[in-house]
Amino acid sequence: MKILVPLKRVTDPDTKIRLLPDGSAVDLDGVKFAVNPFDAIALEEALRIKEKVGDVEIIVTSIGGDECVEQLRVGLAMGADRALLIKTVEPLDSLAIAKILAAVYQREQPGFVLMGKQAIDDDSNQTGQMLAALLGLGQATFVSKLELLDNNTRARCGRETDAGIETVTVAFPAIITTDLRLNEPRYVSLPGIMKAKKKPLEEIALADLGVSASSRTRVLALEPPPKRKAGVRVKTVDELVDKLRNEAKVI
Amino acid sequence: MANVLVLAEHDDGQLKLATLSALGFAHQVCAAAGGAYSVLILGQSLGDATEKLRGYGAASVLVADHVALKEPLADKYAHVIAEVARTQNATLVVGAASTFTKDLLPRAAALLDAGMISDVIEVRPEGTDFVFKRVMYAGNIIATVKLEGAVKFLTVRAAAFAPPAQTAELSPATPVAVDAGKLPAQIDYVGREAKVAGRPDSTEARVVVSGGRAIKNAEDFERLIGGLADVLGGAVGSSRALVDSGITPNSLQVGQTGKVVAPDLYIAVGISGANQHMAGMKDTKVIVAINKDAEAPIFEVADYGLVGDVYQVVPELTEKLRK
Ligand SMILES: Cc1cc2nc3c(=O)[nH]c(=O)nc-3n(C[C@H](O)[C@H](O)[C@H](O)COP(=O)(O)OP(=O)(O)OC[C@H]3O[C@@H](n4cnc5c(N)ncnc54)[C@H](O)[C@@H]3O)c2cc1C
Ligand SMILES: Nc1ncnc2c1ncn2[C@@H]1O[C@H](COP(=O)(O)O)[C@@H](O)[C@H]1O
Repeated sequence: MKILVPLKRVTDPDTKIRLLPDGSAVDLDGVKFAVNPFDAIALEEALRIKEKVGDVEIIVTSIGGDECVEQLRVGLAMGADRALLIKTVEPLDSLAIAKILAAVYQREQPGFVLMGKQAIDDDSNQTGQMLAALLGLGQATFVSKLELLDNNTRARCGRETDAGIETVTVAFPAIITTDLRLNEPRYVSLPGIMKAKKKPLEEIALADLGVSASSRTRVLALEPPPKRKAGVRVKTVDELVDKLRNEAKVI
Repeated sequence: MANVLVLAEHDDGQLKLATLSALGFAHQVCAAAGGAYSVLILGQSLGDATEKLRGYGAASVLVADHVALKEPLADKYAHVIAEVARTQNATLVVGAASTFTKDLLPRAAALLDAGMISDVIEVRPEGTDFVFKRVMYAGNIIATVKLEGAVKFLTVRAAAFAPPAQTAELSPATPVAVDAGKLPAQIDYVGREAKVAGRPDSTEARVVVSGGRAIKNAEDFERLIGGLADVLGGAVGSSRALVDSGITPNSLQVGQTGKVVAPDLYIAVGISGANQHMAGMKDTKVIVAINKDAEAPIFEVADYGLVGDVYQVVPELTEKLRK
């Protein structure tokens, strides 16, 4: 069985994101990059499935510039078997990415796709669902519990919804998107890094993949969110109650 | 001229209030650009929710009521939503941002080869088109975006759009024919964990009391956070830290990857104020922070900050508010 795991290169979740002084773009000076945390969770789950099931090949793929090789290497060092970089410098929206992933899917024919529910930079939460629609496959989104059934032909998925955990089963091939509680991704080990150097990393220019995928969304401007005005410190509970009742008038 | 299709959300036939914000968005768009909006509801036994939806100025309330749609399974729902959007010639399809709409709308969009924008907080017409503002990077960046295509899909932040005024005249309710044999059947419903009854949903409440890692166990959470919420008639929420450690269910998580709330009053109890948490509550009217660390980042957004131990402060506060 093959499992396809997309890895997006994103700004590290621990860095505070700011705009350049002229507001034209995000200030990336000195900002660290990482594998999108939800994708790392997806890869970890694929690795655990491989450890349990045995005969599994894990393919990680990233769409973007040469710099994405860094994240693919992390994926290989974590334990993925091979990597595929789809090279493009175009800024692409979720539908375009889903179309490209659909082409990768057709090429690789995996048993299923495990991917993040959301990229923590654009926060769109769309790509997995769009990919499932384009391929005509079932989907289970926001999954925090995953169990393979019936000789790995179906999965039972616990989904984190606003109302609590919902459980569904979905027939393979399918698209599964991960939520935070699915697992805690392993750290990259030194032997892992050494081994990764010998693993195949293929690069394909987007133009050679045979999909037409351009962005429908166009960013016109960026701005910081409105700043909250500085508040006050209160010293006692009485003072707090008084302020809430008589100044803010919210209770 | 806009032709907006609003996706309604309900919980076992009870309309979710956030749907009214999506209607508010539709109303605003049509007031600015001309046009009309309809609302689509899917499920089984939808009488009550349908009646509610009829009072908000929609051209029609489209009701897909069928046993095959009893549970919101993405393959079936997205199929129906895309079909209705197509037959209605919708130019905008919108829902309030929630796990329900996030599961369905991107899938329906791709079925129509349409693009989508998530978490819209502002819309304005520009010529015959629109520009939207949306939040990204855990709320640290607001982007102004345009979306090309004959039909555009969106989710909106509930707090950003007020519900439209109720109308005396009721919209007609129109059944949507559902051919169950044509629906995809790749996903099967198994069940849903029992809801914690009693308190309002954090996305609908006027007051939200949220607990963070300072709270040591589920009993303390119920006693301190639940107790304070109850005297204020509010909802409870929590940081990711408590969900991860099993103290609170995931449905309470507020933040970038949980719920986005914007109540009148948010009380953050023993929450440090990580970026990802603040992304879910920064638009609150009045923020109160209680934390023993005077340097905690949560104080930077708090209107009222109290430095102290939550195990002492919260019982005292609850007691004093009871009076
Ligand atoms: C991809 C990703 C997504 C995330 N999504 C979310 C999200 O949606 N929501 C979310 O909340 N987090 C999210 N996080 C996690 C986030 O980064 C923080 O780790 C989390 O919010 C911290 O929770 P906390 O403030 O409760 O805990 P901590 O950061 O540990 O803070 C605990 C606070 O309690 C105070 N304290 C301790 N004891 C007491 C006491 N007795 N009295 C008073 N104060 C006390 C401490 O001073 C401290 O400030 C996400 C992280 C990642 C990487
Ligand atoms: N450029 C990319 N390369 C690889 N995977 C991506 C890319 N963009 C998005 N994805 C995948 O799509 C998921 C959801 O992204 P989004 O819909 O943008 O929030 C991510 O967690 C990734 O798994």
